[in-house]
Amino acid sequence: MNLSVAANINSFLAALVLLTAFGMLVQRRMYGLIHLFAWQGLFLSVSTAIVGFVAGKHHLYISSLLTLSLKVVLLPYILHVLIHRLRIQKEVETVVNVPLTMLIGIGLVIFSYHLTAPVRELSTLVTRSTLAVALATVMIGLLMMITRRHAVTQIIGFLAMENGLFFAATSATYGMPLVVELGVALDILIAAFIFGIFFFHIHTTFDSLDVEKMARLKESD
Amino acid sequence: MALLTLLGIPLFAAIILAFVGDRRYAPEINIAGSAATFAAGMGLAFEVYLHGPTLAGNKFFFVDAFNVYLAVLTSFVSMTTSVFSRRYMRREREHGRVGSIRMRFYHAMFQVFIFAMLLCLLTNNVGVLWIAMELATLSTVLLVSLYRTPTAIEAAWKYFILCGVGIAQALFGTVLLYFAAEKVLGEGGEALLWTNLSLVSDRLEPTVLSLAFVFLMVGYGTKVGLVPLHNWLPDAHSEGPTPISAVLSGLLLNVALYALVRCKVLVDGATRTHHAGDIMMGFGLLSIVVAAFSLLRQKDIKRMFSYSSIEHMGIATFAFGLGGPIATFGGLLHMLVHSLAKSAIFFTVGHASQMHRTQDMEKIKGLIRGNPLVGWGLMFGVMAIAGMPPFGVFTSEFLILTATIKDAPLLTPFLLLGLVVAFAALFRRVQPMVSGEVPENQKPMTVAHLPVLLHMALVLFIGLYMPEFLNQWFHTAVELLK
Repeated sequence: MNLSVAANINSFLAALVLLTAFGMLVQRRMYGLIHLFAWQGLFLSVSTAIVGFVAGKHHLYISSLLTLSLKVVLLPYILHVLIHRLRIQKEVETVVNVPLTMLIGIGLVIFSYHLTAPVRELSTLVTRSTLAVALATVMIGLLMMITRRHAVTQIIGFLAMENGLFFAATSATYGMPLVVELGVALDILIAAFIFGIFFFHIHTTFDSLDVEKMARLKESD
Repeated sequence: MALLTLLGIPLFAAIILAFVGDRRYAPEINIAGSAATFAAGMGLAFEVYLHGPTLAGNKFFFVDAFNVYLAVLTSFVSMTTSVFSRRYMRREREHGRVGSIRMRFYHAMFQVFIFAMLLCLLTNNVGVLWIAMELATLSTVLLVSLYRTPTAIEAAWKYFILCGVGIAQALFGTVLLYFAAEKVLGEGGEALLWTNLSLVSDRLEPTVLSLAFVFLMVGYGTKVGLVPLHNWLPDAHSEGPTPISAVLSGLLLNVALYALVRCKVLVDGATRTHHAGDIMMGFGLLSIVVAAFSLLRQKDIKRMFSYSSIEHMGIATFAFGLGGPIATFGGLLHMLVHSLAKSAIFFTVGHASQMHRTQDMEKIKGLIRGNPLVGWGLMFGVMAIAGMPPFGVFTSEFLILTATIKDAPLLTPFLLLGLVVAFAALFRRVQPMVSGEVPENQKPMTVAHLPVLLHMALVLFIGLYMPEFLNQWFHTAVELLK
């Protein structure tokens, strides 16, 4: 595979990652969200493997496999099981102001391109153009956590941010050192157990996973 | 070798405690583990004092004058906290607020938390620093929600989500840092080692590093609890069990600030400007003023002291941002004395709220008559934290104020305003709590004397006389952070 073809494929995958991020921003159904998240993970994993192949960085294969097993298989599976156990499959979240959210999302993409411009100029890697997409994915994950009110959605936004960060690491530097990537994966795994426990606690205490319902801790006047 | 022992003990203790569970002697094992950690910490400090900075574990860990005192402080406060926690948690168990499984979880996670903080302090790898910081957050999330009350769960969720978001920004900053470092140091783990980075910081690309610092500031700044990223802190610090409040306020905030300062040194080396310092000064000053005025409005005793923590972390952040030998010295000292004084306050607050079965300050009264140690401990603790002489906090605040008058005179009024308002706010609340007759709802109880007395004695001692070894470390650290 020559370099320009690989760069093109990689840009295409980056576009798909961004597309799934926008999809998650407005997806209201729980399962739909999880599937989008799994797709995003798959695109990431393929992209990482291609970069690893072209650049001859074999440790990227390990990262790619790690992403595949963690973000495409394990985490979506855990979320599926949790949603099933909590009996919230049918729950549909009301998403307010879809057009506005989309517009803010587009604004964030432009902002990311602007912000990463100096880094792109310095970089010589085939993947450099995707750094902006990576940052945009992080920002859109953040936006999702701010605008949505459901605990599961917030967690998926959080995981989407993590995807963006991982993408940033592969596109800016051909991946962080392996010890760091393994550590980050471990942290995500622990986080997954914690939010699993949390879903049950929130559900039994508040009878709903709507985060709006927990608003007792306010500044008293 | 002492370094690896120091890291190994809490991890080992966590495993033992996970098996011991809720047996009667679990708190004693917790104390023994923490005491052994402290002993190892002292051993390490002695080694560093004699031989200077060292690397260990294939350059993976390192100690210098900056992190050694924080490691000793961390192991010391976690030891005293475990002593305090023995009686406190036993009583919470009797009151039925926690069950057997949660006690097992509490003890094991306490040790994991200490391990995570020590790893954060002692690792040489900036990436592992981030991982350990996240681990420290994750290990305390479920401790904050230990009581399973609606407010505790809400606080823990907020803590989990907001710190998760914040710290994700720090990871992006770390990626950018690695991007710049890789060009100079080549690929692989070596390029993220702080000892390597600090040697070549003047060759790192300045534009990338200033961009990285914005992300690192937002990320680690969230964990330091700087305004306007502080929203999670008062909730998380007030809803969990009091021993956890003490270590969160006294230790974890310090560790996060340590991470930020380490990154700032690299950014300063690359950019050769004062931009990073300016950003830190802005965040610090805003935290001081906002937290001071928020103090006035608090009704919950633990919430009030959480805001006081925000104020003090603001002061330390401001000092490191200001830079220069006097301010940096003041900042280092401030981290030490705030940690000691604040955890002592939380110990007394824990006893006080247990005696009254409430955290509402209106309902807490007559502490000095009811239990002299708790009453006077709280009184002197507040005097210390408010910056009254002769306590150590006065010394550090005085140094920082002097440096501000000299280097940034225009900011002095804001700093003074924050200090004065915080002073007034704390005394307005504490005065009625400690004085007066013993109310009917107060139950007498035996309390752990040692932690409070030891902490207050140390804060007083440091205020009166700076030990030679501490002085030497601080001066070396000031050189390092220049």
